[in-house]
Amino acid sequence: MEKIITVKNLVKKFGSFTANDNLTFDVFKGEIFGFLGANGAGKTTTIRILCGLSSPTSGELKVAGFDIYKETEKIKQNIGYMSQKFSLYEDLTVSENIQLYAGIYGISVKKRKEKEAELLKKLDLENAKNKLIGGLPLGWKQKLAFSIAIFHEPKIVFLDEPTGGVDPVTRRKFWDLIYEAANNGITVFVTTHYMDEAEYCDRVSIMDAGKIEALDTPAKLKEIYNAKNIDEVFLKIAR
Amino acid sequence: MITIKNISKSYDKTEAIKNISLEINRGELFGLIGPDGAGKTTLMRILMTLLLPDSGKAKMDEFDVVKDFKEIRHIVGYMPGRFSLYQDLSVEENLNFFATVFGTTVEENYDLIRDIYYQIEPFKKRRAGKLSGGMKQKLALSCALIHKPKILVLDEPTTGVDAVSRKEFWEMLKKLQKKDITILVSTPYMDEAILCDQVALMQNGRILDVDSPSRITEKFPRKIIQARSENMFQLINDLRNFEKAEAVYAFGQFVHFTGIEDDVETTELDNYLEKLNHKNILVEEINPGIEDVFMNLMEK
Repeated sequence: MEKIITVKNLVKKFGSFTANDNLTFDVFKGEIFGFLGANGAGKTTTIRILCGLSSPTSGELKVAGFDIYKETEKIKQNIGYMSQKFSLYEDLTVSENIQLYAGIYGISVKKRKEKEAELLKKLDLENAKNKLIGGLPLGWKQKLAFSIAIFHEPKIVFLDEPTGGVDPVTRRKFWDLIYEAANNGITVFVTTHYMDEAEYCDRVSIMDAGKIEALDTPAKLKEIYNAKNIDEVFLKIAR
Repeated sequence: MITIKNISKSYDKTEAIKNISLEINRGELFGLIGPDGAGKTTLMRILMTLLLPDSGKAKMDEFDVVKDFKEIRHIVGYMPGRFSLYQDLSVEENLNFFATVFGTTVEENYDLIRDIYYQIEPFKKRRAGKLSGGMKQKLALSCALIHKPKILVLDEPTTGVDAVSRKEFWEMLKKLQKKDITILVSTPYMDEAILCDQVALMQNGRILDVDSPSRITEKFPRKIIQARSENMFQLINDLRNFEKAEAVYAFGQFVHFTGIEDDVETTELDNYLEKLNHKNILVEEINPGIEDVFMNLMEK
């Protein structure tokens, strides 16, 4: 399988505190990779490094084929990012948000218009095109934020707790979009506190105190830890 | 201990809660379960006397939430969804502040908070703003308890909190319940419903159902079939294309399937998936969980 992210001996220190303690792992093209861990385990630090927003203290890393030290701008062009905390501009309309992101990624006006029409149709948002993001239900915002994060057809999309606060139906409809993206070859790197969502991933890593304590398919992890679901695996590792 | 009768509240044209009635007994651990926008916070703020209802009545231990707000404030402890302690005061100063405001001392009620507070006591000189998420939560709970309230109200204490800390938090609540404190807690995590004595499932300002978690799932009349195969994405799509499919949703490693009028047999689905070349197929009927019930009720 083709590797889309390679991490070798990643160390990140803040003063005397080691946030990432010698991490080594690969992520394969087109997989849904679950990145789990307790609050403070070091997940956000790793994601910031993989997105080219922070530099490691040491280690060898490649994201989408580019070097994490020298080619951060190329990395940024080839990834998408979405989180619960930061996604869209509330005081711009749906269409303006799409225009803004398309502009940032240098997508031509013609292509943007085509893709925008397609996207609005798919999300059933054609009538909300000129509405401000601030007034939309949370579930719509999340779906739109995800679609915009992959609007420039990145190789990898990073999702940092994308589904908080929505009802169970909306949460699952969001995962339909994730599956579809992965099926289209986009690699999905996702963090979540919903343990049932961890089961939807192809592989799951579990971090504790700056280290990766486990990394495998959900089925294999349950077997190794003799647990009936990922929640139990998580509790065994992180407690 | 808490009586809510026909309470409604709107913000401009948005109806936040619509004609809600509930009874919460003394000593109960009662959960309001629902997503953002269900009306959980509005209901709690009305009970906390921080917001006036448009119509309806509510009582907290015999005190009216509109007329007797002063009395209520002495007998309730409240932990709002957003961290609202003084960030620039230390851990110890925050706790002393809340004790003093309620005319008591930390020593007097230390017994109640010991199990929680001892975990953050080593950091008592640290400013509250500099604490980690889990420690902030423990401090907020200690401050809400320091005047020994009869009723404790917690607004989404576990949102955004990892699975381990969530588990520990619920264990703390169970211990508090034994000290004769009635607890009203809200959460968007459906799996936490089973940890409550009684739950109200809420959606868009309405209550979908109120009962014990076990009764809610037992009385659910629909037939739920769970399925699994090697390709999840394909499995969901194929099941949705099945002619008698009503609802098809991912549930962890499985897909939950509800047939139109429950008129689908497991063998039928099994054959259907086999024909479509799915590998390692598992199809079985299961008992529904709270989330199945919630999803079914909300789609009505």
